[in-house]
Amino acid sequence: MTTTVVSETDSRHADSGSAPILSVRDLSVHFPIKRGFIVQREVARVRAVDGISFDIYPGETLGLVGESGSGKTTAAKAVIQLRTAGQGSVKFEGQELIGLGTKAMRPVRRKMGMVFQDPYASLNPRLRAGDIVGEPLKVHGLTESRDDYRKQVAALLTTVGLSPAMAERYPNEFSGGQRQRLGVARAIAAKPSLLILDEAVSALDVSIQAQILNLLQDLQEQYNLAYLFIAHDLSVVRHISDRVAVMYLGRIVETADSKDLYEHPLHPYTQALLSAIPTPNPIVERSRERIILRGDLPSPMNPPSGCRFHTRCPIATEACADTDPELRGLAPNQKAACLLAEGYGDAGSR
Amino acid sequence: MTSDSSSYSAATSSPLLQVRDLRTSFNTPDGKITAVSGVSFDVHSGETIGLVGESGCGKSVSALSIMRLVPNPPGEIENGEVLFEGMDLLKLSEKEMQGVRGAGIGMIFQEPMSSLNPVLTIGRQITEPLEVHLGLKGAAAENRAAELLEMVGIADSRRRLQDHPHLMSGGQRQRVMIAIALSCEPKLLIADEATTALDVTIQAQILELMKNLTSQLGTALLIITHNLGIIARYADRLNVMYAGKIRESGTAEDVYLNPGHPYTVGLLNSVPRLDRPSSDRLDPIEGEIPDPANLPSGCAFRPRCRWATEQCAVSEPILEQVEDRQMVACFESKAVADSVEKVLP
Repeated sequence: MTTTVVSETDSRHADSGSAPILSVRDLSVHFPIKRGFIVQREVARVRAVDGISFDIYPGETLGLVGESGSGKTTAAKAVIQLRTAGQGSVKFEGQELIGLGTKAMRPVRRKMGMVFQDPYASLNPRLRAGDIVGEPLKVHGLTESRDDYRKQVAALLTTVGLSPAMAERYPNEFSGGQRQRLGVARAIAAKPSLLILDEAVSALDVSIQAQILNLLQDLQEQYNLAYLFIAHDLSVVRHISDRVAVMYLGRIVETADSKDLYEHPLHPYTQALLSAIPTPNPIVERSRERIILRGDLPSPMNPPSGCRFHTRCPIATEACADTDPELRGLAPNQKAACLLAEGYGDAGSR
Repeated sequence: MTSDSSSYSAATSSPLLQVRDLRTSFNTPDGKITAVSGVSFDVHSGETIGLVGESGCGKSVSALSIMRLVPNPPGEIENGEVLFEGMDLLKLSEKEMQGVRGAGIGMIFQEPMSSLNPVLTIGRQITEPLEVHLGLKGAAAENRAAELLEMVGIADSRRRLQDHPHLMSGGQRQRVMIAIALSCEPKLLIADEATTALDVTIQAQILELMKNLTSQLGTALLIITHNLGIIARYADRLNVMYAGKIRESGTAEDVYLNPGHPYTVGLLNSVPRLDRPSSDRLDPIEGEIPDPANLPSGCAFRPRCRWATEQCAVSEPILEQVEDRQMVACFESKAVADSVEKVLP
C-alpha cells in the first residue's frame, strides 16, 4: 500500500522547519499463527498493525486512540523495538530503528521513555523506589558517584511530586497514583526526548488521573518532551494531545489536529467513538442522540474486506466492501480513510 | 432517554428499596475497616439511581450488602435495614434470600467472564433461574431462554444457547448476563460497573440496551460506577459516595449543575470533558483517598478539601437539604455552591 504521510501538510511544522523527532512510515506488525506438532506451518496471520505512518515533533503530543485490537499498543512496542519486530520504517531523531540489534538499540532507548498502564505490575516489587527510579541512570552510566546518584534520584522524586524520603520504600507501600508517579520518574530519569505513554492514566481514579495528566503537561513544558499518548478514552486524549490518530483494526482511519478532530470528525468511526462518550452534564447528555455501532469488533486475524469498518459502519455502501480506502486529505491537517467522508467549510477545495 | 420526573416524584407510593443506616465492615490484618458506614437511600419503582464514587468508597460493598453477598468472614453487615417491598432483607433466612436474588433483584457485575460458569452452556445458565424461580421446565424454559437472548440482541439465539461462554465476546457475555439478570423480570436491576471493562462503542451498546429494557419492563435500575458521564446520561437521581458515606444526593440536574459538596466539585473538575475547551487545565482534588483503617477525624474529606475549617476536624457533617434542592453533607455547602461557576443548561 502507498504510504500516506500523516503530517506532510502540517503547516505549523513546515513553517518552523523543525524535523520530526519520530517518523513512522508504513509500519506493519504481523503475527503468524502456527499449527502443527512437528512441522509447524503458518495457518493465519494477525495483521495487528497494517501500514501506519505518523510523525511526532519535539515537544508535541500525538494521541493514538482505538479500542482493543486496534493495534495501538503493538504499534508502540514496534516503535521502541520491544520484543516486536515491525516492517517499514521507524526513524527516531533521523536514525532508522527497524533492524537495529539489541546492543545498538540501547543508546536509543535512553532517549525514549515508556510508561505503562498498570502501576502495580510495571514496578519491580523487590527494589526500593529510589533504585527503581535510578536504574536507568545506572544502566546508561549517567551518574558520577554514589552521592550524585542519590542527588539525581531525590531530584527526580521531587519533580514528580514525591518526597525524596520515599526513596527507601518498596512499591507496595505506595498508592496507585504514587506508583504511577514513580513510573513517570523512571521514564524521565535518563532525560529522554520522547515518552511513550501506553494507557498510562487509564487504571487510575479520576481525581488521581487528573493529577497525573497535569504532571505530564508540566513535564512536557519543562523538558520539551514529545509524547506518544496511547489511550482508549477520547476525552483524555483530546485534553492532552496536539494531534490525534484514530486506529481501527491495525490502520489509522483518521488523523487531525485535536481541535479539528473533535469539532469535525470526518470518519464515521471517529464520529461513533466521540458519540459513545457520555459527558458529565445531564442536560447535554439526555438531549443527545448517540450513534450506536452494530456488532462487535471483528478479529484482526480475519479483518473484513474492503474498508475494515464497513461491517459496523452506519453509512457503508456496496463499494465499501470492495475498496480499501486510503487516508486522504479532506481539510488542512486532517485526513480520513473513508470513501464517503467529505471535507467541511472551504477546506474541501484545498 | 429523558428522565420521567413522575417516576420518582410519586411521593405517595412507598419506595421499592429503602436502605437505612447500612453499615458493613471487614476484619483485616490492619484492623477493622468500615467500608460502608451509615448509608441510606431509596429507589422507587421504575426509576434509575446512580451510586458514584472512586475505588474504595463503598459503592460496591453497598450493593453486595443489599444482595447479602458480602463474604462473612471477613465481612459483616453490622447494622441497618434493607427494605425491599417493605420486607427487611437483612432479616431473611438464606433460603428466603435466594428467592429474592434473581426473582426480586437482579444483578450484573463488571467481569462477565468470571460471573458466567465456563463449563455450562449459555442455555443452561439462562434456564437455571427460570426453573428455580418460575418453575419453567424443558422446552418451555428453552423457548423462554431463546426469547431472552433475542431480547438482548443476540442473533441466531437457538443455536447460541448451545454455546459456552468462551465462544462469546465481552460484549455478548455482558448481554447474556443481562438476559440472566432480567430472566425472572425482577423489580430492581443492580449494575455494578457493568460496562467498565468493555470498549467504548460496546459500552454504549450495552448501556442503551440496559436502559431500554429496564424502561420497557418497568424495572428500577441502580447503576454503580465511577463514570460521571454514564450517570449524567442515565440516572434520574444520584448518590455521591466518599469513604463509606453518601456525601451528596439529589437529582442529576441539581448535583451536576449546582454541586454542593467539595468532593463532587472536585470530581467534576477532575475529568476532561468534551463539552468544555480542551485548553482548560484540570483542577484535580489534592492528595489521595485516606486509609480506610485510619480515617481522619471529623469529615473524612477534610484533608483534601479547600473549604475545610476547624469545625470540620472536630465534628462530622450530616446530609442536609440545601435550598430546596439536593442533600449535602458539608458545613460549608452554601459557600461551595456559591463559589462554583454556574453551569447554564
